[in-house]
Amino acid sequence: MPKCNGQNEGTLIMWDWIKIAILGIVALFAALAANWARDLAYQIHALIVFAVAAGMFIWTVRTMGDEKPPAPVGYQDDVIRAGVIATAFWGITGFLVGTFIAFQLAFPALNFEWAQGYANFGRLRPLHTSAVIFAFGGNALICTSFYIVQRTTAARLWGGNAAWFVFWGYNLFIVLAATGYLLGATQSKEYAEPEWYVDLWLTIVWVVYLLIFLGTLIKRKEPHIYVANWFFLAFIVTVAMLHVVNNLSLPVSIFGSRSVQLFAGVQDAMTQWWYGHNAVGFFLTAGFLGMMYYFVPKQAERPVFSYKLSIIHFWALIFLYIWAGPHHLHYTALPDWASTLGMVFSIVLWMPSWGGMINGLMTLQGAWDKIRTDPIIRMMVISIGFYGMSTFEGPMMSIRAVNSLSHYTDWTIGHVHSGALGWNGMITFAALYFLTPKLWNRERLYSLTLVSWHFWLATIGIVLYAASMWVTGIMEGLMWREVDAQGFLVNSFADTVAAKFPMYVVRGLGGVMFLAGALIMCYNLWMTVRRSPTRESAPASAIAAE
Amino acid sequence: MDYHILREIADSWVLLMMFAVFLGAGLWAWRPGSRELHDDAAQVPFRHEDKPAGDCSGRCQECACKGFDFTEALK
Repeated sequence: MPKCNGQNEGTLIMWDWIKIAILGIVALFAALAANWARDLAYQIHALIVFAVAAGMFIWTVRTMGDEKPPAPVGYQDDVIRAGVIATAFWGITGFLVGTFIAFQLAFPALNFEWAQGYANFGRLRPLHTSAVIFAFGGNALICTSFYIVQRTTAARLWGGNAAWFVFWGYNLFIVLAATGYLLGATQSKEYAEPEWYVDLWLTIVWVVYLLIFLGTLIKRKEPHIYVANWFFLAFIVTVAMLHVVNNLSLPVSIFGSRSVQLFAGVQDAMTQWWYGHNAVGFFLTAGFLGMMYYFVPKQAERPVFSYKLSIIHFWALIFLYIWAGPHHLHYTALPDWASTLGMVFSIVLWMPSWGGMINGLMTLQGAWDKIRTDPIIRMMVISIGFYGMSTFEGPMMSIRAVNSLSHYTDWTIGHVHSGALGWNGMITFAALYFLTPKLWNRERLYSLTLVSWHFWLATIGIVLYAASMWVTGIMEGLMWREVDAQGFLVNSFADTVAAKFPMYVVRGLGGVMFLAGALIMCYNLWMTVRRSPTRESAPASAIAAE
Repeated sequence: MDYHILREIADSWVLLMMFAVFLGAGLWAWRPGSRELHDDAAQVPFRHEDKPAGDCSGRCQECACKGFDFTEALK
């Protein structure tokens, strides 16, 4: 049978030799690094890298020269299936750690003495944030972007197995980051904690991700690039830029995890929050809007409300978000003009955010009944609702006067979670419910009743979480600024901590409900793959029903 | 170089340029004749659910495997 692509036997064997050489060198270096490591985190990371490289080395040697299967055709869905599984797995991990540390705050005895230095709040907190944002959110973004870009360009992913490299490379990054936090390797930048060699690895993986995405867009069969892909491309490009600039650092030793930041003082703080806020803007917003602009129309079975509005939404978001970072640094050494700039741009962001929300919700125009009958649509609607709510709350909190009350209090944590659990979590759950039957060729989900259970558990959980954090945050802010007639502070810090206890328990219970919902989802998805009837018409012969 | 240089250009022509590009991008969406294109683009998610366009499924010998022709589209 004639081969479709131009690769002949010779180039394939050549490629195997290159792989063997690279893997051998990496394994050798990792073994040396493990031996000469200056700290425990670096040593364990070197051992992990050694195990991965050596394992792949042996596998490549053993399969070298084997008959390669013919070049596959159709959409590349295997890597997306793996992404769906990874998203669900990391979701559970992240929610579980989050719920545990919520109870650690309520009951400090849960910082066990025997686990001091490994599993106390300070070590677990970055594990939780990275697990939910980068592991759960990141895997969801990678797999949905691969799904969407193929369907909307009518082309198979560019780069063949490079997609697998991105999947495994990204998950290796997460394993290195997570184990590093527990063992104390951190550069102390919020949401950018991983140390220099983990950052370098992520840079390589991310560039390959960008190449796959661009390559697929370039070989597209659909003349217009659908708007979801614009959002995904903005997300990939901007995150690359943010990651590189915010992680400019010099390692102390090539055999140790410590590094020194290139920026210092207020410049470092500004770079960090330029990164931090745009991680929210481009990772948690632009990327997930890419999901919204594909999955909501698909599930509602009608095109997006206004395509023009989606274009305006895109450009306004891109041009405005990048300036909003300084609002994290009100009343600091940052010059006033910079923090005013951040504040003004944050408030202007109201408009594109709400434009986008309206665009998402109005897509259901003429199909409002689906909110009653389809629990997945309901999840999407509540997700867009939370998008609107948290993008209203955020700009309000960026106003300097409001910020003087809200900053450093639990209000901020409540705000972050209504965005992350409500917007990012719910749209991802909806996407997983949409994708699983499609990717495993099933007629439908195992149980819609269980989706409803998940919906209500998650929604009530978020409401408990956000409401308790509003109460405790505003209370804390008011207690901190309360002065008596002589001008002395009325409350000590410990007084505020004691007053927060009941709200902390309520928050923890909200987390338990959210986690329970996600566990139900995993069961439902598992049973969908195992039990649901196979879709009658095979994908190859299906005729578009829309 | 200190940040005052950045502030200087951000206050003047870069600001003007970015604002112009932003307005241009917004106005471009409303150019005459864009409606048809947008209505068509909004339908993109419903077209190729199960397989790529021009999927030859191993019949590459007899199948043309033609990609999108940019020069054709510009006419």
